[in-house]
Amino acid sequence: MAAVAHVPAQAHAQTNYLNAQKGVWSWMTTVDHKRIGIMYLSLISTSFFLGGIFALLIRLSLLNPKHMVFGKVIFDAETYNRIFTLHGVVMVFLFIIPSIPAALGNFVLPLMLGAKDVAFPRLNLLSLYIYFVGAVFGIAAMVTGGVDTGWTFYTPYSTTTNSQVTLMTMAAFILGFSSIFTGLNFIATIHKLRAPGMGWFQMPLFCWGIYATAIIQVLATPVLGITLVLLMLERSFQIGIFDPRIGGDPVLFQHFFWFYSHPAVYIMILPGMAIISEIIPTFSQKTIFGYRSIAFSSVAIALVGFLVWGHHMFVSGQSPLASVIFSFLTFLVAIPSGIKIFNWLATMWRGNIKLDAPMLYAISFLLLFSIGGLTGIFLGALSVDIHLTDTYFVVAHFHYVMMGGTVIAFIAGLHYWWPKMTGRMYSEKIARVACALTFIGFNVTFMSQFLLGSRGMPRRYYNYLDQFQPLHAFSTYGSWILGAGLGLTAICLLSSLRKAPDAPRNPWGGRTLEWTTQSPPIEHNFDVDPVLTHGPYDYRKPLPVEVEA
Amino acid sequence: MNWMRSLMLPMAGSVHAREMDNFYIFLVLLTTFFFVLVAGLTVWSVVRYRRRPGVITPHITDNMGLELTWSVIPLLILMGVFFWGVRGFLGATVAPGNSLEITVTAKQWVWSFEYPDGTRTVNEVHVPVGKPVRFVMGSQDVLHSFFVPTMRVKQDVVPGRYTDVWFTPDVEGLHRVACAEYCGKGHSDMAAKIYVDSQEKYQHWLEEGGDEWKSISPVAFGKLLYESKGCSTCHTVDGSRMAGGGPSWKGVFGRMEMMSDHKQYLADENYIRESILNPQAKIVMGYEPIMPTYQGLLRDRELNALIAYIKSLRN
Repeated sequence: MAAVAHVPAQAHAQTNYLNAQKGVWSWMTTVDHKRIGIMYLSLISTSFFLGGIFALLIRLSLLNPKHMVFGKVIFDAETYNRIFTLHGVVMVFLFIIPSIPAALGNFVLPLMLGAKDVAFPRLNLLSLYIYFVGAVFGIAAMVTGGVDTGWTFYTPYSTTTNSQVTLMTMAAFILGFSSIFTGLNFIATIHKLRAPGMGWFQMPLFCWGIYATAIIQVLATPVLGITLVLLMLERSFQIGIFDPRIGGDPVLFQHFFWFYSHPAVYIMILPGMAIISEIIPTFSQKTIFGYRSIAFSSVAIALVGFLVWGHHMFVSGQSPLASVIFSFLTFLVAIPSGIKIFNWLATMWRGNIKLDAPMLYAISFLLLFSIGGLTGIFLGALSVDIHLTDTYFVVAHFHYVMMGGTVIAFIAGLHYWWPKMTGRMYSEKIARVACALTFIGFNVTFMSQFLLGSRGMPRRYYNYLDQFQPLHAFSTYGSWILGAGLGLTAICLLSSLRKAPDAPRNPWGGRTLEWTTQSPPIEHNFDVDPVLTHGPYDYRKPLPVEVEA
Repeated sequence: MNWMRSLMLPMAGSVHAREMDNFYIFLVLLTTFFFVLVAGLTVWSVVRYRRRPGVITPHITDNMGLELTWSVIPLLILMGVFFWGVRGFLGATVAPGNSLEITVTAKQWVWSFEYPDGTRTVNEVHVPVGKPVRFVMGSQDVLHSFFVPTMRVKQDVVPGRYTDVWFTPDVEGLHRVACAEYCGKGHSDMAAKIYVDSQEKYQHWLEEGGDEWKSISPVAFGKLLYESKGCSTCHTVDGSRMAGGGPSWKGVFGRMEMMSDHKQYLADENYIRESILNPQAKIVMGYEPIMPTYQGLLRDRELNALIAYIKSLRN
């Protein structure tokens, strides 16, 4: 991509950002975006593991309607309610929102821009510490009794239950600041630190996705913060804003909550789409089709995404006119996502496609996200949504988008940049098997839940009618396959760390700037400040041989 | 398409439900078409354009005509879907003026119903076939949601305001109400039964109440009431204590109970009757005063049956 004075890989193989400074203190005080990205990665992976354990426990409990496992009742209703709440809270606030931006984005974004670091390196470290403090609050809430409200904290249940709601909302409040600071930092970085020659439309699409995400993080998260503060005040001092017994309005909470939490869905999915926009051109060795429409559709999704929150509330008691308007806007916001899918297909068409693990995950994303998006049409259509909302259909739909979309994209990106981050190549064979297991397990788990929902099984149910048992059992078996696939992925990646560094600069033949520096990069990323001479996905010439080294 | 209906959807109990089903099946076919399109093109590209050494790919950056096509066609289709959805929604929102109105009160974790003539029921409601019924709903505590899968209707029940839902049932028999908005420990047990009766049967029920009691013993009738009137969400019958609930019925009859005011009472017929109709009068030591009153909700023969059932559980 760039005319970089080339230095042979061997010359710098000894020093890199990982070994330039040593000791725990050097990590705790680092302002290097790469080290901060790695620390984020380990923290959010731990959160993902924890949230995944909760998920497996939920499925285990639903294996049969009596909750019998080895002849004993595994959970009572109150424990079950806490477990599904904690699954949601951990996955949303501790894992999926920070996952791609804070972990992969931190590592890759400055490299892609040809920058030495993010615009505010100390703020970057501060946001990591804030995340950590938020996580400590969340864990404190879990060990002192947990929360039983569902991750949505709907009032007036959340203002009257005696579980640890205040502590948990405090955790989400603190985590919000981490998210805001990361967003601010990335906006400033993208505006100010692009390499010479890199105009807005020479920027890799990953940066566009992260940029659109950052705008939402900065604009929407404060609304969640205020809402959670009001919730805490309501619980502690009965100020009378959400609880009707003291003059409040419970539906107002839903408006506030979804005003953040719907845009938050795009905080989760836009970075996922951004990763796919990198992987598909690289493994097709072909320039991206419709660069501008992909870039603009990210921004369009970010903006229109602010106007559709009411589609979570079609049966809440909001006015029918509001529901009609929200339904209309919901269908509008679907179009840019559809455009992206067609652009990716057109990129693959007449390409030169290699099915390495990142590409296998990207294709999994394409299929699963399509199902997630297409089932969203059912939920956007008013009369059908009335039947489906608050059933397992919704559960299946958002897992296809959030897990089949974002998490699969996150894993795709992790495989894609793993050689750059660690300097190691993982076992391609094991990675492919893990991908296949994850794909199959995911579909077995969640496809059955569409049927459960459309047949009338409400969500967040501890007891269920016997007629739903076969589908519930099927879903639980799927969760075991899925768990095995993800476990194997972890083994595959972690075991690569035990061998000596062996990753070349550019294992996949990418054309963006991060592939021009050594793997892993030096502390300040590039030996010579890169200058851009052509666009990010220009495959008109074969890659110079020495860059492959 | 009938196999798709029976695979994916519950029985349809009204005209509205069948219309929604038509729309649903249309959406299944539409989305399946687009999924097959996307998946087919993906698989075809991966196979047809698999990696070969030395290939330089064409530099195709964009194509306005193509991009407009795949933006405008989906947009037009989605607008059609939007209008179809609105039509069904408005139909399901506005109840006809001649509807039978039933007042619904939701409370953790029971549904109670009140008819225009003053008849009141718990977790069970009878409606005449072929006549529109409108439920005017309020909650006494947290959010609930009145979900009747066979009628394809759902509406949140909100404390501090009224919401409503209506349908015209045209299939006689048993239909189920489920609570679809999470409301705590007993959320999944907060279920009611809707009996859609013929006009004569409905009239008979309004005047006489149900007929079950005639054919079974008082103890068996009491057990039936225990399960249908919401007792079982808080009281066990095996001696175990339900978290956040009331005392188990096992062995309670004939026992001396210590109350929260440190007085002892014998749990006899009168005590049980009072505890059902005026539950706050005496609270057993160590329990919360959370039980709702059943005054006016139970007929005398039902009270007698419940007492008979509790008696049968004595040690």
